[in-house]
Amino acid sequence: MPILETKGLEKAFGGVRAIQGVDFSIEPGEIVSIIGPNGAGKTSFFNVVSGIFNPDGGQVLFDGLDISGHTPSQITTAGIARTFQNVRLFPNMTVLENVMVGQHCRTSSGVFKSILRTPSQKREEAEIEENAKDILAFFGSRLIGYRLDQPAFVLSYANRRRLEIARAMATEPQVLLLDEPTAGMNPQETVELTELIGRLRSERAFTIVIIEHDMRVVQGVSDRVVVLDHGVKIAEGSYGEVSTNEDVIEAYLGRPADLEGAS
Amino acid sequence: MTATVAPAATPTGTTGSTVDLARVIRVGTLVGVGMVYVSVIGLLATFNRRLVIDPWLSLGYLVLFAAPMFGGLQFIKREKLEGLEPEPASINDVVQAAIVGVIGGLIAALFATIVNTFPDVRSVFPNWSPELVELLTLGLGVGPAFLVLPAISAVVAAAAAGTSFLPERMRKALVVGLLAVVAVSLFQPVVDDFFDWLEVVPDFLYTPTRAIGVPGAIAVFVLAAGLSYFRPRGKNGLTRRLGSEDESVRRRSTIITAVIVGVAMIALPRFLGGILNELLVNVGFFALMALGLNVVIGYAGLLDLGYVAFFAVGAYTTGVLTSPLSPTWDPMLTWWQAFPIVLAMAALAGLFVGTPVLRMRGDYLAIVTLGFGEIVRILLLSDWLAPYFGGAQGLRNIPGIPIFGTTVNVNTPQLMVYMVMAFVLIAAFISWRLENSRIGRAWAAMREDEDVAEAVGVDTVKAKLTAFITGAVIASFAGALFAAKVGSVFTNSFEILVSIVILVIVIVGGMGNIPGVLVGAVVLIGILGGPAQPGLLQEFGEYKLLAYGALLVFMMLKRPEGLVPSKRRQRELHQDEFSQDAWLDRTPSAPGPSVAEPGRETF
Amino acid sequence: MTTTDERPPAIEEKRKRERKALRLSWVDLFLWGIRVAAIIVILWGLIGSIQIFASGEGLTAAGWRDLIVSSLAQGAMYGLLALGYSMVYGVLGFINFAHGEVFMSGTLVGFIAANWLFENGVWEANPFLSMFIVLIVAMVTSTLIAVTIEKVAYRPLRGAPRLIPLITSIGMSFFIQYSFAGLFGVGFNTYPPPPDVIAGTVDIFGLQIRTTQLTVIIIAMISMIGLWYFVTKTKSGRAMRAVAEDKEIAGLMGINVDRTIVTVFAVGGAMAGVAALMWSLLFRSVSFFTGFIPGIKAFTAAVLGGIGNIAGAMGGGVLLGLFEGVGPLLILGGLGIPGASQLKDAVAFIALVLVLVFRPSGLFGERLGSEDRV
Repeated sequence: MPILETKGLEKAFGGVRAIQGVDFSIEPGEIVSIIGPNGAGKTSFFNVVSGIFNPDGGQVLFDGLDISGHTPSQITTAGIARTFQNVRLFPNMTVLENVMVGQHCRTSSGVFKSILRTPSQKREEAEIEENAKDILAFFGSRLIGYRLDQPAFVLSYANRRRLEIARAMATEPQVLLLDEPTAGMNPQETVELTELIGRLRSERAFTIVIIEHDMRVVQGVSDRVVVLDHGVKIAEGSYGEVSTNEDVIEAYLGRPADLEGAS
Repeated sequence: MTATVAPAATPTGTTGSTVDLARVIRVGTLVGVGMVYVSVIGLLATFNRRLVIDPWLSLGYLVLFAAPMFGGLQFIKREKLEGLEPEPASINDVVQAAIVGVIGGLIAALFATIVNTFPDVRSVFPNWSPELVELLTLGLGVGPAFLVLPAISAVVAAAAAGTSFLPERMRKALVVGLLAVVAVSLFQPVVDDFFDWLEVVPDFLYTPTRAIGVPGAIAVFVLAAGLSYFRPRGKNGLTRRLGSEDESVRRRSTIITAVIVGVAMIALPRFLGGILNELLVNVGFFALMALGLNVVIGYAGLLDLGYVAFFAVGAYTTGVLTSPLSPTWDPMLTWWQAFPIVLAMAALAGLFVGTPVLRMRGDYLAIVTLGFGEIVRILLLSDWLAPYFGGAQGLRNIPGIPIFGTTVNVNTPQLMVYMVMAFVLIAAFISWRLENSRIGRAWAAMREDEDVAEAVGVDTVKAKLTAFITGAVIASFAGALFAAKVGSVFTNSFEILVSIVILVIVIVGGMGNIPGVLVGAVVLIGILGGPAQPGLLQEFGEYKLLAYGALLVFMMLKRPEGLVPSKRRQRELHQDEFSQDAWLDRTPSAPGPSVAEPGRETF
Repeated sequence: MTTTDERPPAIEEKRKRERKALRLSWVDLFLWGIRVAAIIVILWGLIGSIQIFASGEGLTAAGWRDLIVSSLAQGAMYGLLALGYSMVYGVLGFINFAHGEVFMSGTLVGFIAANWLFENGVWEANPFLSMFIVLIVAMVTSTLIAVTIEKVAYRPLRGAPRLIPLITSIGMSFFIQYSFAGLFGVGFNTYPPPPDVIAGTVDIFGLQIRTTQLTVIIIAMISMIGLWYFVTKTKSGRAMRAVAEDKEIAGLMGINVDRTIVTVFAVGGAMAGVAALMWSLLFRSVSFFTGFIPGIKAFTAAVLGGIGNIAGAMGGGVLLGLFEGVGPLLILGGLGIPGASQLKDAVAFIALVLVLVFRPSGLFGERLGSEDRV
């Protein structure tokens, strides 16, 4: 049964129908890419699935449960985590703290326990820190060591993207929604990140949905590709199928000009 | 960056011998306006009653001539740029400063003339009087004032500018010496009590007018300046060690500071007289409330302007439950018995205030909480609810706090101080523990970017409500203690003003930072005084709130992170400076970008 | 490809429990409770008032009419004051707390003028000239103060995190208040009584209306028309609207953003000056504290009408005037609450809370700049 599914999803902003009747599904452990020209509604799709907006119609089903209409923190707690197109970290918190915040929804020490530093709270805090460091180690040696205590805003662009992914991982999700994870990266970083996404699936068993523009990444990492244009799903299939699909090409490049009727 | 850039005409100083006329005129006019302002709002007259150095210098004249002093200092400000030498002092700056003084003095003299010519405006401007003319012209009359005022102002301004010729250490010593003289003079009550306790009578120090005498002034100056000069590491060392990156050094100096402060706090009430203990109690109340507001604003980033309402809830609940005269509630509880109910009511109040504002933008939240605060006050004052809360009469006969056989109330100032301090410690402890916990991180994330925090799994509803409730509970500590101490509650103690004063303390002291908030309370309430309570500088009287307002504006413009900034805050507000430094220097402990893959740290 | 079965079962259990936890939030229930309670209170009070009226007690019909008219006049004043808040929020995105003090300065300095005119006989001899002079004095003062505050306290903070200008404006508000307290003393200053020509009442459609109140309403209408003309037809007005939409783009289009912002403050200040004259006609006594509460109420009016929306500000002002003028007696009096007029301010604040909680975009729609739009 698909772990994440949308049925007839609808969302409009003012007069603009950003998402029109989109059916989407992904099985546990799959990696699916969503592509499409700018303004196709891809980020809006993520925003609705992750709870930032409520859908106007249709359903979002997570493991069979309808999660439309819930708050983003509820959805993250349920097991869907995301990153943002324009990396949104907590710039003045340290690298480690950014990731530790991700563990918030998986821990439970309340006010009283924190004030009294009960043994269970101390244990939990240690666990949070351990888990955070463990997750950061996933990225090699870039985000560990002295980096842990540096405020996030000193990081380079690529590192910030990695940190955002780390933070999402810290929420122990089942599904990761990555919004243009390689935007702004140079070729070497892009290759690295592509490998990383693969490892996210193979080592950590995440189900991943990626919005991407870089076709090399899409080709290198996806099991399936979904194409959106103007809020509508216009194609779905393997990379090979989709990349040769006429409608897809037309959506990106337009139709050749019809010159006969112009004179 | 070993640039040998020839310093172009930087905005803060001028090279060569040109006089920047426009700037001089501008600063001079400002100085003049400042001097007129100080006179016309009555500051000069009121402060004149207090002598700083007997018999020459009164506080009024100190403030008056502070204007040309600051004007002069403007011309020796140097921007500190990395790798460049600051510009050397030049006689040019002193000249410009002197001219500024002259302009300022002339404007002040002109104003004195105007006041002298139109004496009939007294009915509208009560300070516009012959006395003012007397003061402003130093008793010499309007004519001579045109020479005297500019002359003195010029000298003051030039002297201030002239300090740039002194080597750094000497300058610092000079400033410390002068400040020490002013401080010892103005804080005479404390110093006096201290010497009383030591049973040493420093006759030479103070004169009958409670100001420092000339010999005393000289002695203090020499002592303070000398200490500063010959032990420059004294103060610096401590603050540097407290701010050190090294964990163990920082911990050790924090513990030492805490112990010293602790001993002082325990010893202090013993030798202070009644009035000063009263002051300490007030400082304590505000410190307590500031700690609570710090949780709401500093940690969670929610600008609550109606905070005084929680204080009122604590006070009135205590009053209703413990006073025999309470109109509706019969069985008289003791303070301790009432206390858990007080906490519960406060928590409910926090919930009640927090829930409607959960989805509001920052400034709207501020105004709504302000509205809540006022609604509570108006209701408590109303005739409608008078049967429960006493209306304009308030609640009276509130008994004190029974402890260890005695009762702590208005008659036992020393015990009261200890009681309040104990609660301050508890509140500080609670804040500290919460800051470094899971909820503290959630608050920090929420403060940075609420939407993203929500997306990362932080339940912002719970986090915000927790903040409000914690803040409310801490305020109710203060409320309950206040009710017991004063023995009665009236709504005058719960005006918006109090919320704003607490806000100023939190912000000026250092938002989000416990030592900062405490320092803020001590400095502001201790020196300036609270809305209804005099501080050490009693002369401030009506000008307290003016000072609060001015301080708030000043801090926001120059140093928004507060007097004692938390590291995070400083980062937040000066991000560009920090980023640059991070770019330029690696932490010494790490051997550079120690990344396995060669040269991959792209910037 | 690993599947979810290979995850430790404990996490699965937790996950299932968490998913069950997704439910309707109690916060929404609480808010609905408030809505319902408010409606019940209002209806109950109304019914009670109608009963009181029918039984011949309480206020007579003429009394209610008077109350409504005076509330309208006060509302007109709030409306003009609200303009300052609305425009500044629309352009710069923060609440200018000090605007109440801008208003207050107009009242106090206007008092000097009025007093002088009165003592020199001009007040009674040339009433319209006198009032005009007072108006000009008040407007100039308020405008100067508003513009100075912008230059000194707000311009340096352009681009700072949002709460900082707000906090600065709070500080500025106090500073100005207590400066004026030092300058004028802490007592009340009373304007001379309105000149005979507008002292009495006027007969309109058989209703007796106080001339001062009518004057206030007329002044408000004229000011609004003038303002409307300024904002829609003049170049400065267009520049203001552009800057309010999007500061950055307006700058790129060649508009001098700094100067336009100064204009915004100046216009707001001028309107506050007019409001100052209105206060002097309606209430006569002024002090350093006069600006504080009306300021907060005017902000309420601005939000009520839709922040950033100029016509809305006036609409909000009138509505608020009606709420707080008629509300206490009508609703609270109808509920049998003694001393309902004491609670006038509380009613205004409750209106503030209700609007901000339930309809923060205001009744007539807010107009925010692109930076502030959510």
